[in-house]
Amino acid sequence: MTRTLSALALILTATPGLAQELNALVWCDHTDPALIEPFEQKFGVKVNLKEYEGTAAGLAILDQSQPGDWDVLVIDAVDVGRAVEAGHLAELPADQLPTADFFPELVMAENNTVDGKTYAVTEKFGYNTISYDKTKVDPADMEDMATLTSGKYDGRIGIYDYYLPVLGLVALGQGINTADITADNLGSLRDPLMALRAASKQVSDVVSAQTALATGEVDIVVGGGEWLTAVLAVETPNLDWTIPKQGGLRWAQSIGVVAGSTQPDLALEFVKYIVSPEGQARLATSSCYWGMPANAKAGDALTAEQKTVLRWDQQPEFLARAQLYPIPDAALDTAMQDLWTEMLAQ
Amino acid sequence: MSLQVRERRLGWGLLAPALIWTAAFFVLPFLGMVALSFAHMEGREVVRGFDPGNYTRIFTDPVMLGALWNSLEITAVVTVISVVLAYPLAAIIAFRVPARWQRLALLMAVLPFWTSYVVRSYAWLLVLGQNGVLNQALLGLGLLVEPLEIASTRAATVIGFVHFFVMLLTLTIYANLIQLSPNYARAAQDLGASRWQTFVHVILPLTLPGVVTGAFLTFVLCIGDYITPQILGGNTELTLPQLIMLQLGRSGNFPLASALSVVLMAVVTLAYFASSRWLRLDRV
Repeated sequence: MTRTLSALALILTATPGLAQELNALVWCDHTDPALIEPFEQKFGVKVNLKEYEGTAAGLAILDQSQPGDWDVLVIDAVDVGRAVEAGHLAELPADQLPTADFFPELVMAENNTVDGKTYAVTEKFGYNTISYDKTKVDPADMEDMATLTSGKYDGRIGIYDYYLPVLGLVALGQGINTADITADNLGSLRDPLMALRAASKQVSDVVSAQTALATGEVDIVVGGGEWLTAVLAVETPNLDWTIPKQGGLRWAQSIGVVAGSTQPDLALEFVKYIVSPEGQARLATSSCYWGMPANAKAGDALTAEQKTVLRWDQQPEFLARAQLYPIPDAALDTAMQDLWTEMLAQ
Repeated sequence: MSLQVRERRLGWGLLAPALIWTAAFFVLPFLGMVALSFAHMEGREVVRGFDPGNYTRIFTDPVMLGALWNSLEITAVVTVISVVLAYPLAAIIAFRVPARWQRLALLMAVLPFWTSYVVRSYAWLLVLGQNGVLNQALLGLGLLVEPLEIASTRAATVIGFVHFFVMLLTLTIYANLIQLSPNYARAAQDLGASRWQTFVHVILPLTLPGVVTGAFLTFVLCIGDYITPQILGGNTELTLPQLIMLQLGRSGNFPLASALSVVLMAVVTLAYFASSRWLRLDRV
């Protein structure tokens, strides 16, 4: 009852011409008007969105901001702990979040909760694995990561320019679980990583990787997945993705309220909207990139075609075969980035 | 108060906004960056102090030296090619195109400026790709059997840069050429100089300030550019700005990023001193 009243109060106090503004630090999928406008209309507020790339950049923005500058933060689920440690996230009322409706693997309490307190909630997930053009490569080859460095596809491979998932994939290829990557065994990833680099044509960001795959510049993107190909599904149905037998990585993004927000109630309403079935369906099919919603009830708000593209029915199998991103401490993180930089310089 | 004092005060008054602006948004941030470049990281924390370790690393780590060298090589090649292409273009517009058409010709030359830099880079990717316009045209004409591998190479980076900087250089060189009195050439030829001798000994030296100014701007903008190598070069080789972005976006290593930026500034400063004899920034 109290919650309903506070939500009602928020709506009633939103006066036209004196609209409240909510400032959110987000990834590009949140900038789709189809996602944001229903919330803005419901609460009569303006949501100001700033995109960032990379947790370090996001945390740096928060470090340099004044308390109250930001209300909402979207962050890599595995980095929620870093944000909490830096004092950037406020505690969320866990009983107001619909995590009971989530895919169980996506509740991710071990990432979103610190010392028993919930600081973020998972909103979207997907896989970093292998995307390919099924008219140009043998799909059976894509089931084994070893094929990528066999010489058969030399010069036809693009690598997604993000060290954590790609190093994770390389580790899986060597039989090392992502959680078991350490400074001691990182060296064993050097040769396979350099071999992959030697077989590849480019190392690209999201847009360049999509462009390269869609235009035939490369036929395979290592580190790709549904987030890379789903948004192109209608125009280029020949693009596909798979999780090879060695496994793939599961990415997940979380959302939380920024500590020091001057309008925590409105920020919480935004978080609740994003993880509601309607918000989840819109976020899953954002024009920037698609991904699976964490809330399983979003399935009711997605069309059959959208669920087919997202491989909704195969999720139990995919979730079982995918591992989380590596969560390196500062020293291992530096070592991983140095290895990545060395690879880029090859 | 004497007139001289009043004029001096008026001069400082008029200069003050620019000085304050430069101090607030360039000098102070730059000093802050220099100070930060001597800090170091402990875990994910920045520890302030005087530690030259970042500079030692830049000048001993092969990856960092390689990035610096790549940047210098690409910038030098782009600057030379751009000057070689822009000079004749500017000369044709200044001397061959009728005066009433010169504005239109210049407009056509700078038209690509009106497009977003990022969009233009992605457009080049579509032109230079394996299935791009260029390869399709050459294959269609039977001039190629296999498509050329241009996209995601240094050649693509250089092409993207040259396209942009030829426009800039054409403007600066044209501005110089158009101010040149035709009497210089006439006098030289009256004295028996050939067209080539007239160009080498009269026209070129007189237009050198415009060429050097344009070349300097090309150098500065090219060596600090992150977008073109990232998009057109396919990240196949690291340049200094890409290395800086890696430190900022991924590592959060602001001290190292600051040190790399200071080195970049030092390179630009050296380029300035090397060309200062001919630099005429008022001609831009």
